[in-house]
Amino acid sequence: MLEPKNECSDTPGCDCHAGKEMLPMAPAGTGETAEVACRGGALGKRADPMERPGYVLRSFVEAFVRTPAGPVPRVRTTLDRSDRMGVLAARLGFGRNDYRVAPGLYCVGNPTPDSPVLVTANYKLTFDALRRALANTSAWILVADTRGINVWCAAGDALFSSEEVSRRAASSRLADVVNHRRLVLPQLAATGVSAKAVKKGCGFSVVWGPVRVEDIEPFLSAGMNTEPAMRRVTFSLKERLVLVPVEITLLWKGLLIGLAAIFLISGIGSHIFSLSMAWSRGGMAAAAGLAGIVAGTVLTPALLPWIPSRPFAVKGLILGALAWAILALLFQGKAGGLEMTALLLFTIAVSSYLAVNFTGSTPFTSPSGVEKEMRIAIPFQAAATLLAIVAWVGAGFIG
Amino acid sequence: MQDFRYLSGVSTLKLDPDACTGCGLCTVVCPHGVMALENNGEGGGKGKKAKIVDLDGCMECGACANNCPTDAVQVTPGVGCATYIIQSWIYGKEAATCGVNCC
Repeated sequence: MLEPKNECSDTPGCDCHAGKEMLPMAPAGTGETAEVACRGGALGKRADPMERPGYVLRSFVEAFVRTPAGPVPRVRTTLDRSDRMGVLAARLGFGRNDYRVAPGLYCVGNPTPDSPVLVTANYKLTFDALRRALANTSAWILVADTRGINVWCAAGDALFSSEEVSRRAASSRLADVVNHRRLVLPQLAATGVSAKAVKKGCGFSVVWGPVRVEDIEPFLSAGMNTEPAMRRVTFSLKERLVLVPVEITLLWKGLLIGLAAIFLISGIGSHIFSLSMAWSRGGMAAAAGLAGIVAGTVLTPALLPWIPSRPFAVKGLILGALAWAILALLFQGKAGGLEMTALLLFTIAVSSYLAVNFTGSTPFTSPSGVEKEMRIAIPFQAAATLLAIVAWVGAGFIG
Repeated sequence: MQDFRYLSGVSTLKLDPDACTGCGLCTVVCPHGVMALENNGEGGGKGKKAKIVDLDGCMECGACANNCPTDAVQVTPGVGCATYIIQSWIYGKEAATCGVNCC
């Protein structure tokens, strides 16, 4: 029942690859020969036979398979150029908030009614990671509408919920497609999905799959059994560094406001406002701010397990102070003692705040802990910033 | 995750041993191995109950409490994100978000 349709097989009669030399609709009397398109250059691709009016055919769909619930797209298990560009853009923060796939039922390989059903989020980065990990598997993929958010964050926001999974199973007519009544859910969805509520909501029982996609095939081939390591989150150097670009791109707005404020404050002195002072001293203050950003958003994640102290505010402060020490060597002779003190306070305030901010991206910090350290750290960070401004402006008058 | 330890003694995780049926679901869904099933001495395998074995490893994600069939596990889940916490101070927990660009 599940033979693919609409696949071009270069058989006689198939016109999928009909030559570009034909231009059946060339307007008469234009003088154009049949070989050349009116706008010149090579012709674009013919419409894919799978295209339907009003829908966009995604490049990851390889064919459609027939099921009692209608055609189900079979997706590729490799990423093409547009997928990889999308991953890069999302990691850099571009278009990341609307990077999604349509929710509903998909499949990989040649699934039968007995094949497992894997449930996932509709953030395209998540969906791509899943299909890529299923090269040797035949399975159904039920994509929940998590508003384009990844599994764990959507579960934490109650978007990847028992109700959504139940609703999606029903609207996709999953019960007509498979013989069994079992859904494999990513373990990290458990924050938002309750196995008991899903059973009650759609009659399917939940099997908690592994945390990471790369463990899914071993999990399935082991009869849906997990090793203890598959149930634990990790936070390797690679997993930490991949988060850095987004941490930085989220700062753009603050960065522009900060830079404007820095140049304004740096120009204040005994001449009321001096553009040359704004430029020379502003450059130094901007460098201190940049040092704080690098310490807080790049070095803190990279060196996380090796920085002494548990509060992130202190980790950021330590790295900020080290970054300042390098600046102090560079600015020797250019900045006085008061100015260097102001730059130190500014650098550590920035790095300490941004380090605390990184707790939101880690998979091990508790909200109670973050709130506790913020209650102590924020007043210090604010005071350090204020003192830095006072000392910097004061030094402008003295200098 | 033993390489990564956060502040001690802050987690709001609570377990009511009397309500626990020993189903073990909390030990399955916890991403940090905070819970474990232990024999409570009541005859054979039937007497198993969950126990908090690493409270400081808890990140309050709420997966255990959400899946406990008898509400024996309680935790105040939340978003451990600085922007969200600052907003919750200013606007209250209900109105706080971690920003349009966050996770």
